[in-house]
Amino acid sequence: MSPDAPASMQRRRFVRASGALIVYFSVAPRLGIAQKEAQNVGKTPSQTPLPGSLKTEPFLDSWIRIDEKGNVTVLTGKAELGQGIKTALIQVAAEELVVNPAGITLITADTARTANEGYTAGSHSMQDSGTAIRHAAAQVREILFALAAARLNTTTDQITATNGTMRGKEGTTIGYGELVAGQNLHVQATTGGRLRDPAEHVFVGKPWRRIDIPAKVTGGVAYIQDLRLERMMHGRVIRPPSPLAKLREIASEPIEKMPGVTKVVRDGSFLAVVAQREYEAVTAMRALARAAVWDETASLPDAQSLYAAFQAFPRENYTILDQGILSGSGKTIEATYRRPFQLHGSIGPSCAIAQLENDSYTVWTHSQGVYPLRNALAEMLAVPKEQIRCIHVEGSGCYGHNAADDVAADAALLARSVPGIPVRVQWMREDEHTWEPYGPPMIMAAKAALDASGNVSEWQYEVWSNTHSTRPGAAGNLLAATHLQQAFTAPPPKPLPQPEGGGDRNAIPLYTFPNARVVHHFIPQMPLRVSALRSLGAYANVFALESFMDELALAAKLDPVEFRLRHMRDERASAVIRRAAERFEWAKYQKRPGRGRGFAFARYKNLGAYAAVAFDVEVQRESGLVRVRRAVAAVDSGEAVNPDGIRNQIEGGIVQSLSWTLAEEVTFDRTRITSRDWGGYPILRFSGVPDSVEVNVIDRPGQPFLGTGEATQGPTAAALANAVADAMGVRIRDLPLSRSRIRAAAGL
Amino acid sequence: MTISLSINGSMHNVDADPATPLLYVLRDELRLNGAKFGCGLGQCGSCTVMVGGEPVFSCLMPISSIAGRPIKTVEGLGTLDKPGPMQRAFIEEQAAQCGYCIAGMMMRAQALLEKNAAATDADIRRHMQPNLCRCGTHMRILRAVRRAFDFTKSETQK
Repeated sequence: MSPDAPASMQRRRFVRASGALIVYFSVAPRLGIAQKEAQNVGKTPSQTPLPGSLKTEPFLDSWIRIDEKGNVTVLTGKAELGQGIKTALIQVAAEELVVNPAGITLITADTARTANEGYTAGSHSMQDSGTAIRHAAAQVREILFALAAARLNTTTDQITATNGTMRGKEGTTIGYGELVAGQNLHVQATTGGRLRDPAEHVFVGKPWRRIDIPAKVTGGVAYIQDLRLERMMHGRVIRPPSPLAKLREIASEPIEKMPGVTKVVRDGSFLAVVAQREYEAVTAMRALARAAVWDETASLPDAQSLYAAFQAFPRENYTILDQGILSGSGKTIEATYRRPFQLHGSIGPSCAIAQLENDSYTVWTHSQGVYPLRNALAEMLAVPKEQIRCIHVEGSGCYGHNAADDVAADAALLARSVPGIPVRVQWMREDEHTWEPYGPPMIMAAKAALDASGNVSEWQYEVWSNTHSTRPGAAGNLLAATHLQQAFTAPPPKPLPQPEGGGDRNAIPLYTFPNARVVHHFIPQMPLRVSALRSLGAYANVFALESFMDELALAAKLDPVEFRLRHMRDERASAVIRRAAERFEWAKYQKRPGRGRGFAFARYKNLGAYAAVAFDVEVQRESGLVRVRRAVAAVDSGEAVNPDGIRNQIEGGIVQSLSWTLAEEVTFDRTRITSRDWGGYPILRFSGVPDSVEVNVIDRPGQPFLGTGEATQGPTAAALANAVADAMGVRIRDLPLSRSRIRAAAGL
Repeated sequence: MTISLSINGSMHNVDADPATPLLYVLRDELRLNGAKFGCGLGQCGSCTVMVGGEPVFSCLMPISSIAGRPIKTVEGLGTLDKPGPMQRAFIEEQAAQCGYCIAGMMMRAQALLEKNAAATDADIRRHMQPNLCRCGTHMRILRAVRRAFDFTKSETQK
């Protein structure tokens, strides 16, 4: 079997192995339609009870292939985003196949080779793909056992597997390659396959070194930015100066004569250049930017009254929790919290390469969803999607829907203008800062009543938000497509449904409150382009909810950790809260002037990883500077495949969320985005990161994988706000907790 | 115009506009992947390389201003098969998430290491200030740099 051949094109043969195997001759039911994030995830399994992504791609050879030399190839429809997924998936496959991880070749998202697993998003890779690969690998192993038993003329219980070899009782051995020769693993997975006993795990649960790091620290070809194709040229796009600007005129003739310039492309307000060398493209881009005349519109809201304007927009109201009776009795407390537009801000601007050859496009992309991107490109280019192949190549970390898809569209449009030539496009810093889809602003209003013993008797919570996904699937989701003469418009935004939710992600508390009501006010109107930013609405909802828990604990005169535990019925949640508090030595904390401690907890989406964060901070009132002296986190990700990978993600999540929470806000005037680079949109530097970060992983062998990558975004924000409030005696409810807000709160 | 550049110990003649920033020459003419384009503004440090022993933003430095000074990039610190101390330290600490900023981080740290092998943790943190990481790998980066200093110390003592 060649790993190059798409699964659907493989010849299928009957496999004579275990009698329990079901053999199908139909083509795997590929999901050719654009999967919305919400459709891809959190769907209740209805007809097929197969685990993980086996639901949609049930054939074993969509995930695992073994050639006649015994080489193992593992395929995933998910993509490496810097989260270390490749390494964890290899660990899972190696464990169940009983082979050495170092010998496994992993192929990631590619529309010509891998399963359609929608987007690599929502912390779903281990749950979807990890689970599918685990079960597929286990079932392939069982097939190999059956084949070995037949060949060695014995029974499967007399055989042991070690590193790609089966050994019979008398010591006769046979390799996996020899066993699969002439066989085909195009068989459907079954339910109830046997997994290896967690107590025997050799690779899963061990801190495995990331397979991608050596190339990254030695200057290897590690990123799409590093790909150099034969005859490749470089493109740059001259973006409009403001969101609704239209290109009135461009005198491009002199620029077309500049050194290295091959072509200037204009289509409506889409203006771009293709040049031989990259710096020639940059130089020509700058010349075009100077020469272009744009008509601009003052289309943006007044930043000073953004939230008021936002709440005045038409909205759809969804009551997502309604239990008990809200009587309005007891000691009532209310508070409103706000979160501004924020950036993904990848360090490496988005990049793509596209080539048009024989009417077919190949697009190398760091998109989170190669299949949905292919659909969007097909619509934009007016070609059948079968004539487009999208191959994932790693880019700079994205943290959600950044400009990865947009730059792929740019590259495809430029490739169309120079047929046969691969065109590489990388955005400039200003492009990324001003045009990537932002994390949307949100307003959270909480109200609760406490009974005589200090317990929450009533809880009301409302959140106002735009959509958190404008991902492609449609051409109108691609930036360039909206600038063409025949412009595409984005499909109307929709709320992402519960239980995962979008703007209302984690809006429902995991705590048990007897009477509670939670309402999501979905605002379709988007003054700025927005989409999925790591953890979606969970960041702001957990910030609000867990800040409010501290406000209630203060009113009830109870310790904040104790107050949380009182209202928590989920044992694993309580265990995580306790572990973080113990490791932090919460109970022994000595209050000092200018210092404060803060705690927060959430279970991501109420169905992913459990995470708690505790901070010890120092607040300098005069400068408004907040220093995190110590951070302690505890996390339960279900069965931990790569504990060091989890620690890395949690540490990173804490530091990134600290940056969002302390400093970050997109700024704009009535016409233009004014936070155009790292000067206008500062993020945390080394001076601002904690003195120490400790992550405690609670391993749950045998339990399902729980998505981890986004678990600390919300808890970090709330723990910081709680620590600042503890240090200052004043609560700040507007994000970010900037130096000016700290100074204002200090009365300076 | 042809300009001679000494990169990682070997001489290269480059035919490019003298105003071309060093970054583009390293990446596009010499096919070195280590230095990355991040901002083109000297704000993020992902393009950091050493020129004459100093960490510089290669995205801002025109090749005409190199004036014969030796250039060192992450490729000059070791190879996949024989990683140098700084590279080994980053691998052992698993100090990367996406890793896009990491080569720049290593070159800035290397410049300090070559200048002041006795640098304290506080010195290291201060020195690393110009370089941005968006994944939040800072804690591991600091540990890796410390480890590289320790490696170098123990190797020079042998």
